[in-house]
Amino acid sequence: MPDTVTTVPAGWALGAAAILGLLAAFAAVLDGVFTARAAGAGPSGLTRPLGEMARLMRQRRRTTVAADTLLWRIGSSGLLFMALMIVTVVPLGEWTLFDLDVGVMWFNAMDVLAWAFVWLTGWGANSVHSLVGGYRFLAHGLAYELPLMFALVAPAVAASSLNVGTVAAAQVDLWFVVWMPVAFLVYCTGVVAIAVWGPFTPALGSDIAGGVTAELSGVDRLVFQGGRYALLVAGAAFAVPMFLGGGAGPLLPGWAWVLVKTVALLAVFVWLRRRLPAFRPDLFMEVGWLVLLPAVLVQDLLVAVVVVWRT
Amino acid sequence: MITHISFWALAVVAVLAGAAVFYVNSMARASYALAVSFIAVGVQVLLLQQNYVGVVTILMMVMEMAVMAVYMVMFMGMNPALMPMSMVHDKRHALAAAVGSFVLLAAGAVLIPWPARRGRPPAGVTVALGEELMGPKMLVMGVVGAVMAATIVAGVVLAAHRTRYDRFGDDLRRRPAKDPQPGGVGR
Amino acid sequence: MTLQTVLLVAAALFSVGLYGALSQQVVVMVMMGLELMLNGLILAAAGFWWFLAPDPSGQVLLLVIIVAMTVEMAMGFAVATHLHRVRRVDMTDMAADLNG
Repeated sequence: MPDTVTTVPAGWALGAAAILGLLAAFAAVLDGVFTARAAGAGPSGLTRPLGEMARLMRQRRRTTVAADTLLWRIGSSGLLFMALMIVTVVPLGEWTLFDLDVGVMWFNAMDVLAWAFVWLTGWGANSVHSLVGGYRFLAHGLAYELPLMFALVAPAVAASSLNVGTVAAAQVDLWFVVWMPVAFLVYCTGVVAIAVWGPFTPALGSDIAGGVTAELSGVDRLVFQGGRYALLVAGAAFAVPMFLGGGAGPLLPGWAWVLVKTVALLAVFVWLRRRLPAFRPDLFMEVGWLVLLPAVLVQDLLVAVVVVWRT
Repeated sequence: MITHISFWALAVVAVLAGAAVFYVNSMARASYALAVSFIAVGVQVLLLQQNYVGVVTILMMVMEMAVMAVYMVMFMGMNPALMPMSMVHDKRHALAAAVGSFVLLAAGAVLIPWPARRGRPPAGVTVALGEELMGPKMLVMGVVGAVMAATIVAGVVLAAHRTRYDRFGDDLRRRPAKDPQPGGVGR
Repeated sequence: MTLQTVLLVAAALFSVGLYGALSQQVVVMVMMGLELMLNGLILAAAGFWWFLAPDPSGQVLLLVIIVAMTVEMAMGFAVATHLHRVRRVDMTDMAADLNG
């Protein structure tokens, strides 16, 4: 274990959850502002998430015939759970909740849970459109998951460790994003995908009446959508120790830099939503396997060669 | 203390979820009950200090069960939640065999005088595993790699029904290939 | 948490899996039974490693079990797909040609 990171008592998990919630709310507000701006004249959009939240809290739950309620609820609340589990291994400056020696694998294990949760949300409603959405997500998953895994290999190889704190500490001279940009871009693609965000929204597409979310209503919908924002936050936060140098930076203390970098990357993710076309699941499959995967494997090879050459 | 409580809680979850796989009558529930059983065992392996193996178990099995659920729905083209039916054969003998094996294994576990612990766990368990795999146990790694590659080839050969003649035509000259599903790279 | 209790839990998982593998008719359900048996094996191997001989080489066995599971799963899906395509069946009883 590196001495750069100290484990804080478990009670601080509440603090981490609060930060996650605040940043997710920030992302929602930012998205509301962007939506309002895209729509042209009208309200600024600052209060849009608040209004949506109030509306969903008051809405009655819609029920469907022969719905698998247990799996449906598990699925719709799962994304939030994933985000909370991911941030436990992200060091905030010098503090971390869970100094796991295989933190990188932990992130990986948590991000595949998206396969389960999104598909279950689609399955549980016993509705055609939401199940089609679930399958669309799995098709995306088959394409993005392996590149994402190999993208996480690069920083781990460069730092010779799977511990998130050690990976962050290995970037004192040069941030990993500078010399492994392909891995960083593929990682960002993966994060956007697990949050079912931006180009990966066909699973929630309006052509299939909202897809996975077609039958979600009330609190379930609120938790699902909140979970998507929280996953964006968690993905951005995890990128900071992996690629963006952790808490390194001038003047400000480490924790502040982690937050600043997280917010910056998060803002880019939110902004990207309106800038990229949707990836059709059937076409993206070949992109994932013939472009992303070889590219990230070459990146891993380069990183491995550099590491061997340096030692 | 916390370790013991969580071990027993996880043990109960693992076994009950495992039994639920063959009890519930919904394909999705069966697959994900198995996933829960695997997650519980993965966390137990974490409790036994083998972090890498425990996390890998969780990672792999959740993915496999997501795929498993798709296969279940694909091959059992009806919703057993709507039309319950029994899909078992020779239930009595199977039950007898299962109870017999449990009694045998449990008796072995309790009655055998297990030797005392030999050696101490290395400081970095994951590092030790990596060095072992890339050093003295390189043969295992080599064999695993070859077996995996053979599995990929054999799996595709068995599962794919279209050959290269279907794709490229009888003289193998047709470009682009004729695929039922168009790809996203240059086609 | 002693070696005995870990092995008892592993034995229970193995036996439940054995029941499933023997009694289920659908190929994919039989595979689930096999997976559950291997699940018990993982737990037992982890217990042996921790309580008897926690040296580095023991963990390699666990990785081998996980690889065995992957291979079983991949080949099982491939065979199930092939069987379904050729005969439109998903039951083990209908693929008993080699049953002597």
